[in-house]
Amino acid sequence: MFSARSTSDRIVDYLITLLLIFVGVSTLLPLVNTLAISLSTKTAVSGGMVGLWPVGFNLDAYGYILRDGSFWRAFGISVLRVVIGASLNVGLSILTAFPLSRTDRAFRGRNLFMWLFVFGMILNVGLVPWYLTISNYNLIDNFWALVLPGAIPIWSVIILMNFFRNIPKELDEAARIDGANPWQLLWSIYLPTSLPALATITLFAIVGHWNSFFDGLILMNDPANYPLQTYIQQLVIADRPALHGGQAQMMAQLSNNTLNAAKLFVAMIPILLIYPLLQRYFVRGIMLGAVKE
Amino acid sequence: MSKNTDRAAYYVMILPGLLLLFAFTFVPLYYSIIAFQKFNPALGVQGSPWVGLDNILYMFSLRDARQVFFNTVFIASMKMVVVLLAAVTFALLLNEVRFARTQRTIQTMVYLPHFLSWVILAGILRTILARDGMLNDFLGVLGVGPVYFLGQPNLFPWVIILSDVWKEFGFEAIVYLAALTAIDPTLYEVAELDGASRFEKMRFISVPSIAPVIVLVGCLSIGNVLNAGFDQIFNLYSPIVYATGDIIDTYVYRIGLLQGQYSLGTAVGVFKTVVALLLIGVSYWAANRFASYRIF
Repeated sequence: MFSARSTSDRIVDYLITLLLIFVGVSTLLPLVNTLAISLSTKTAVSGGMVGLWPVGFNLDAYGYILRDGSFWRAFGISVLRVVIGASLNVGLSILTAFPLSRTDRAFRGRNLFMWLFVFGMILNVGLVPWYLTISNYNLIDNFWALVLPGAIPIWSVIILMNFFRNIPKELDEAARIDGANPWQLLWSIYLPTSLPALATITLFAIVGHWNSFFDGLILMNDPANYPLQTYIQQLVIADRPALHGGQAQMMAQLSNNTLNAAKLFVAMIPILLIYPLLQRYFVRGIMLGAVKE
Repeated sequence: MSKNTDRAAYYVMILPGLLLLFAFTFVPLYYSIIAFQKFNPALGVQGSPWVGLDNILYMFSLRDARQVFFNTVFIASMKMVVVLLAAVTFALLLNEVRFARTQRTIQTMVYLPHFLSWVILAGILRTILARDGMLNDFLGVLGVGPVYFLGQPNLFPWVIILSDVWKEFGFEAIVYLAALTAIDPTLYEVAELDGASRFEKMRFISVPSIAPVIVLVGCLSIGNVLNAGFDQIFNLYSPIVYATGDIIDTYVYRIGLLQGQYSLGTAVGVFKTVVALLLIGVSYWAANRFASYRIF
């Protein structure tokens, strides 16, 4: 389009662009501030001198974290719950979505099951009965309490089911004629064609597991079983730093804020690492979730 | 290949999911009946005495509970309105940016907070909003403050609402941006030939084409009017701001789990669940009726 755009029009273009860049940068300023604090000296931080650039650059807080066994234990539990929890989420979503993508004629009871799952999704059982149930299963202070209760993510099942239903029936029928059973059909036709949807629900599961703290807080009594977010919640938010022995001395040298900021930042790193993927597939997930007919 | 072996395979596939659904959704539903008991963990659900609606009636008599209900609805609905306005405005403005790479860079910046947990974001906010934090430093330059953002009951709900805008506006804008990119560019060209100004094009082409999405988002959020954001408030509040900041979910956690009043906590929870189910029913009905939306 080569129609002459007026100068004033172009000025407005630049103003809007500048405004939005400002908005975008402002969104990130709090994170930059945290990073700067984590890299500054204790005196600079407690003097309120640190804005967006470290004052008295040093890596002491990170060095301290590297040697902090309890931090890495919590980190390890989080990694484990992401690996096991997300695998379970995805595996179970596939196994559940596939039969639900069949017609009620091919899979009798399909509609009933579908309603059960949807009811389970919109029904938000209260916290207390949920807690009593899990403690009745003797899962308190047990790692599996972090993965089993949320093992079947119904929203992901629906996304995947909708995706399966949009796969051309011809592929299905061709495989049938070759004598494929449902397992082979799922494995060699449906899964390979659904990779984008699988990527989306995998990332949902990974972020969900990495970010959740509340189950760790109420289902784990022993702090040694806390996942990272719960551990950070207790240290940074509940503001109860566990000071004992040599640790107390170390803490005296580092401003609490500096160390907390460094912990917050380290906990962000895994999300930052997969951020390009998140941006790509979460956006798609939102659109998949909004199926319009 | 027989139909029966196919069916058997489908049942085997769906079985683990059904078992988990039963174990972690329907069993807790059974435990919800302690809302109508004077529950004693030693006696269990079978042995605890029944008290009818006593817990529910007691809940309605508590001043706390009414305040908590009001706080929840206020914070949740203000969040919806403000986040929606911010997201729509942002999407409309971003649609005016002509440089594709700048557009993408801005999106990359504003989506990020959506993926971080409230534990992390609350940790960051507590630092920034502290008396000696970055925001008060800035206000100090302007001669204002210091403001106790997290310690003043009249400010606290707005800190919650605005920090939610910070986390979610960019991500919420995605659906509006998708609707905007779907607009046929010739519409704008024709309007230009007719001498439409930038504002007129926005008003008469862009806004009408995202209106259905706004209606849809509005309808679907009806179901969330009792969800004011547990993770966020739990990590930012303190007893000083309970008057305006305590919501149903944080209240249930404190009375139900911390104070061990299992039956009362469950009663509040059951009340919330029932109202929420009705609201979700209304919201899906409205989404279907006004935006022809179905989840499956």
